[in-house]
Amino acid sequence: MTDDPLLSVRDLKTHFFTDAGVVQAVDGISFDVHEGEIVGLVGESGAGKSVASKSLLRLIHAPGEIVAGEIKYRDETIFAVEEGPDGEPVPREEMLSNEAVRRRIRGNEIAMIFQDPSESLNPVLTIGSQLKEFIELNTDYGGKAARERAIEMLHEVGIPDPADRYSDYPHQFSGGMRQRVLIAMALACEPNLIIADEPTTALDVTIEGQIIDLVKELQAEYGTSFLWVTHDMGVVAEICDRVNVMYLGQIVEHAEADDLFYETKHPYTEALLSSIPRPDQTTDSVEPIKGNVPSAVSPPSGCRFHTRCPDAREACVEVLPPIERFQGTNDPAVEQRASCLKHSDLGYWNSPPISNEARDASMAEEPQ
Amino acid sequence: MSTDADLTGERTGTHSTDDALLRVENLSKHFDTGSGMLSGLTARFRDEGPSVVRAVDDVSFEIAPGQTFGLVGESGCGKSTLARTILQLLRPTEGDVYFKGQNLAELGSDELRSLRQEMQIVFQDPQSSLNPRMKVGKIIEEPMEAHGMLDEDGREEKARTLLEKVGLDRSHYRRYPHEFSGGQRQRINLARALSVDPDLVVCDEPTSALDVSVQAQVLNVMEDLQEEFGLTYLFISHDLSVIRYICDRVAVMYVGQIVELADKQALFERPQHPYTQALLGAIPVPDTRSGEVRNIVEGEVPSPSDPPSGCRFRTRCPAVIPPDSFDGDDETWEATLAYLRAVKRRKIVDTEPDAVRDTFFDDVSVGSNAEITIDESIEHVAAEEWEEAAALLVEAFESQSICAREDPVRLYRTGENDHYVGCHLQAADSRPERR
Repeated sequence: MTDDPLLSVRDLKTHFFTDAGVVQAVDGISFDVHEGEIVGLVGESGAGKSVASKSLLRLIHAPGEIVAGEIKYRDETIFAVEEGPDGEPVPREEMLSNEAVRRRIRGNEIAMIFQDPSESLNPVLTIGSQLKEFIELNTDYGGKAARERAIEMLHEVGIPDPADRYSDYPHQFSGGMRQRVLIAMALACEPNLIIADEPTTALDVTIEGQIIDLVKELQAEYGTSFLWVTHDMGVVAEICDRVNVMYLGQIVEHAEADDLFYETKHPYTEALLSSIPRPDQTTDSVEPIKGNVPSAVSPPSGCRFHTRCPDAREACVEVLPPIERFQGTNDPAVEQRASCLKHSDLGYWNSPPISNEARDASMAEEPQ
Repeated sequence: MSTDADLTGERTGTHSTDDALLRVENLSKHFDTGSGMLSGLTARFRDEGPSVVRAVDDVSFEIAPGQTFGLVGESGCGKSTLARTILQLLRPTEGDVYFKGQNLAELGSDELRSLRQEMQIVFQDPQSSLNPRMKVGKIIEEPMEAHGMLDEDGREEKARTLLEKVGLDRSHYRRYPHEFSGGQRQRINLARALSVDPDLVVCDEPTSALDVSVQAQVLNVMEDLQEEFGLTYLFISHDLSVIRYICDRVAVMYVGQIVELADKQALFERPQHPYTQALLGAIPVPDTRSGEVRNIVEGEVPSPSDPPSGCRFRTRCPAVIPPDSFDGDDETWEATLAYLRAVKRRKIVDTEPDAVRDTFFDDVSVGSNAEITIDESIEHVAAEEWEEAAALLVEAFESQSICAREDPVRLYRTGENDHYVGCHLQAADSRPERR
């Protein structure tokens, strides 16, 4: 992985300015997507994964705003700000205009697939006309050629009898078929990167399986990179090469998929993994993560997970854990990163444990 | 226990034990799609085939006291309709539901109302199932009031105690639902259901709207409550992992029918029905080293208003039984089946006869009788006459299979106790039990 990344995100912050205060939905995340990879962005609801993925294409609207950071796609700068004279964020010169992002990036370089296939299609236009319009807008295909291309894409994603189904309306398609149409739309312009925001969450398992297999096939064929946003660790294990775990607006761990499951470095990732019942074996107990996700308006000081972490100590309340780097065990070229004080020498081990729900529960279980 | 119940038990040949808390006998719920506002306009066309959605079709099972009975299936398979029909929130089209030996279908509305105290339901969506204008305490007390339980002080005390039991705080009594997270709201729903001391709690996807870490909290609370109050759960979910975690016995539904019914361990470790196998094979396992090879079934769930004849899974089943008239070997049958489905879905790109043969019948020797039909259909495909090609193949192969001719559901029973499999493949190694 010596090549330059396809997409590179540095210290991205997206905040929402609401009456109740500033919601720090995404608060300083950094990650890369290389060519031909499927990179996961995992977390529970409220972690900020969807906001993060929308920020990448500058699809954030008021009261939301990308307030800091840098998003680079190849040589293009999708977003970059620097601090102005009064500490105000000022866009850097090379940053693309809204118009340029829309024309040069969205659709033809980076495409997006959303969770709910019924909301992403216009119910009063035929499947074919929507696909054709999208192709005409984003590629050089026009008229008849665009129509042919649309039918070809429908076939590619496994829609039976695409020439006939071309003039069907979205309601005549099942949920799984509609999701296939959206994948066709995303692929039609042969983008280099597809951002998929929970693309299989609304689908049944057998259909989800079909879509995942389809994505794997298409990825092998076109070499498209994916940023796969999901809450489902099963899907992560199934398709992701590398994974970023988000908690309350921040990335707490980054690893190759296998290392994430077997060399888990962050207590949140660990807690998340042990809260999942398994389909392939009978588990005697699942361990819920104690407590609730704190508000993103006033997130906890220090490590944001300290209010629910069974390993939390006083140092965790005060010190924001730096990102520690580890060499990946499976693929030494992939570095694993986690931000937890346990892995640094900033006073964690000398500091007394704090009391929170998670710790109290684990103390109660231990024999005195 | 009424003699009535005993008789039906004998008649159906199911393992009817007199101590079942709930017994469902041949229950069906059909919806007439012509019964809406404009039905009068279309009524005269009824004879030409009214459109009936067979949401639940001839379902039988029973639940022992203290058991957690899982009902699993994909969306639209009829599991929620089944639950509502059992509770008589929807009147069954056919069949009986015995609760503690009493046939609910025969009860009048007053008797049913008082019996409802013993059967409660918890719904999927924790947002919309709590009245936002009512305080939590009142929400929990409402069912008690409706059933005339306790006096005001007694109800308040009970509500506060229940809040504690579900892992919330007694002081939450005076708060409003919006002050709680999704997981906490689902606990309030549980407290409300438990306020009238029910024996049976029907849980319709109670954790589907929750994050996994929160889901685990709710599942654990449910287990604790079951132990403390001796509850029986009918647990409906599309999530096999959750079912495997919490249930004792599991029924798998497909297009309105139960296709497999077994104890949890048997169902997950020795699934017999190809649909159960397909479901289990499709779930992504949260483990990069699980070593499970996924096997994804093709196609989509058929509509319950026009289910396939015979076995409803046969249109997607990888193990359709060849008709007696088929003279090829297993390999040839598989190739023929794959070809047939590709024709039906019009998924053949290169329709040149040789290309079609190469794609589907490479290295396969087709038996003489079958070959004539296949060759003929390949000609049609080459001419893009898809319907003709499909009709020919369906007539010669698909509709001849026993899977298309006879409904296998609950005809067969494996040697294993209490493990029912509605699949013709069972006929080979077990005595068919006809009802």
